[in-house]
Amino acid sequence: MWVTLTQIFPYAIAYTIPMLVTSLGGLYSERSGVTNIGLEGLMLVGYFASAITIKLTEATLGINALPVGILVGVVAGAIFSLLHAFASINLRADQIISGTAINMLAGALTVYLARTISGSGNVRIFMGIIRKNIPFLANIPILGPLFFSQTYWTTWLCLLIWALSWVLLYKTSFGLRLRACGEHPSAVASAGINVRLMRYFGVVMSGALAGLGGSVILVTYSGEFNGTVAGLGFLSLAALIFGQWKPLGILGATFFFGIATTIANVSQVIPSLNVIPPVVFKVFPYIATLVALVAFSKKSAAPKAVGDPF
Amino acid sequence: MSDIENKELKSNAFLVAISAVLLGLLAGAVLMATIGSNPFTGFWYLFRGGLMNIERIGNTLATATNLMLVGLSVAFAFKTGLFNIGASGQMLVGGLCATIVAHNVFLPRPLYLAVLILSGLLGGAIWGVIPGFLKAKFNVHEVVATIMMNWIAYWSVYYFVPAYLKGPSLETESASIAISQTLRSPWLTKIFKGSYMNLGFFVAIASVIIIKFILDKTTLGFELKAVGSNRECAEYAGIKVNKNVILSMMIAGGLAGLAGLSFYTGYSRNMQIGVLPSQGFDGIAVALLGASNPLGVFFSSLFFGVLQSGKGFMNAMTKVPPEIADTIIAVIIYFTATSVMFKRIWEALFKKVSRGKKDKRAKAAAELQSSKEVE
Repeated sequence: MWVTLTQIFPYAIAYTIPMLVTSLGGLYSERSGVTNIGLEGLMLVGYFASAITIKLTEATLGINALPVGILVGVVAGAIFSLLHAFASINLRADQIISGTAINMLAGALTVYLARTISGSGNVRIFMGIIRKNIPFLANIPILGPLFFSQTYWTTWLCLLIWALSWVLLYKTSFGLRLRACGEHPSAVASAGINVRLMRYFGVVMSGALAGLGGSVILVTYSGEFNGTVAGLGFLSLAALIFGQWKPLGILGATFFFGIATTIANVSQVIPSLNVIPPVVFKVFPYIATLVALVAFSKKSAAPKAVGDPF
Repeated sequence: MSDIENKELKSNAFLVAISAVLLGLLAGAVLMATIGSNPFTGFWYLFRGGLMNIERIGNTLATATNLMLVGLSVAFAFKTGLFNIGASGQMLVGGLCATIVAHNVFLPRPLYLAVLILSGLLGGAIWGVIPGFLKAKFNVHEVVATIMMNWIAYWSVYYFVPAYLKGPSLETESASIAISQTLRSPWLTKIFKGSYMNLGFFVAIASVIIIKFILDKTTLGFELKAVGSNRECAEYAGIKVNKNVILSMMIAGGLAGLAGLSFYTGYSRNMQIGVLPSQGFDGIAVALLGASNPLGVFFSSLFFGVLQSGKGFMNAMTKVPPEIADTIIAVIIYFTATSVMFKRIWEALFKKVSRGKKDKRAKAAAELQSSKEVE
């Protein structure tokens, strides 16, 4: 059991991290009052932009191409999310339809460009982040092998962003205002704060962080843009809901979902996990989210004004 | 007066649709130009690919069949104020049920077809009624619930097909259904020169008529629309809102299930795993462009059918990737969502025009007056 656990843990964390930042992006957007079901598409844009950047620069920049690629992925996600922000904030569009359009547009446009640039719909990169043990911490019994061995530096970057976001949203007046925009925008407006600007910030953060999530998939476990993030963006959305729109909640939810996904993926290889069919683990996050929605239906933690144009 | 207002509203919806389509095509043209292709040649081959001979027209109609049924599903839910974003999952489950029937049930053709159609309808209806129930009883937002149901369907099919319906060659798709067990029909195949055209087209046409009848001529339709336009008011009038929400999602799911039937046992003959059918989302475009009206859905599905079925030919004749069609559809959806913008623009334009006319008329009247006075 212990051996199995140490085997699957690094994978589980690798799956969790892109979901965590994407979900965190969703948190910014929905807390500011804009529903964002376009996370899947925004992730895909980051995934694609970082893949193209790294492919074109890895010969000249060497290992530095990776952080450059990630940065481009973040910026691309942020820029793409402006489409959603403009539609939902300035034009008072239906945010679900706009989000759907974002998903479809990202799916079509990235493959369109990939085909034009690289000839096929796939973009393969030759580098990836090398896993490293954290000095000293990796030697701690139990925790060392689980959390501090064979880690990517992006994992620590994303966890840092998560921690900073928690501080920003819950310990600063800016964070309070942003969250208030999702609960009672007219009250915020009457206090002299520009609700539209705050919502722009929320949506653009969701684009940037989903872009980061997509880039992280590329440089950690995928190594190739293949035109889809296979529902990871929707899984992040589920984690956002299951985590009840709270930073600690989404950390737990994404980790929970990450472990479930990992078990489903490796259960063919590891016999002790083979007793439960993998489909159970794959559908578990979605069923858990539906159950959570039913359980919390009386006192939903969702931002009250989410989805309402202002 | 109200008649005139109605007309204006209707023409507005039409104008919005046309503007969105034009902008979508424009975006497509810009994209073609950026990769150094001539947009006119691109569109020429795109439309020729969908329409140039009887076989291609058959393929376009077969593609439109799936879109029509999904569009109808989304439109029907819209009428009750519900957003069915789960048509993909309902398609998968409906298609899975139909595929199972196609492999295992052997009956005389008419009876068999009835069973097959019913299985697709039921599969989709079950997948649709769950979010409907959750919405009615627990106020779970149907958008979230249907998204979850999409992925539950995706993974269920992902593991079910290799385990129980595996084909002889590939792990990733189900065994092909014998032609005689599909919706394809020798006489249709003959008329359309071997295209994918199948009996699903008639299922779709019948669905359009039935849904139009339900919405316009029955109490159920009236109640559904009442719930859609004002929930509180409908409740006050004694309409059982929850029952109607569940029913609406069930029927919407059933329609998407029929799309799964026509796609997996008519258009294609097997199910591939790891694919969430994109028709589920294209259907949103169909419904929006068709203003959620069954007849509108019929025409807009034909339009999108041409785009989707012509893209392969265009890709073969030019260097434009086939994803251009999906990009155009996505842009159209985006601009229908932002229809407020067009409404404002068109209204401003109309006002100017009508004001101009009024001014002219006033001027003419004044001139007439003055000329009379001179006399």
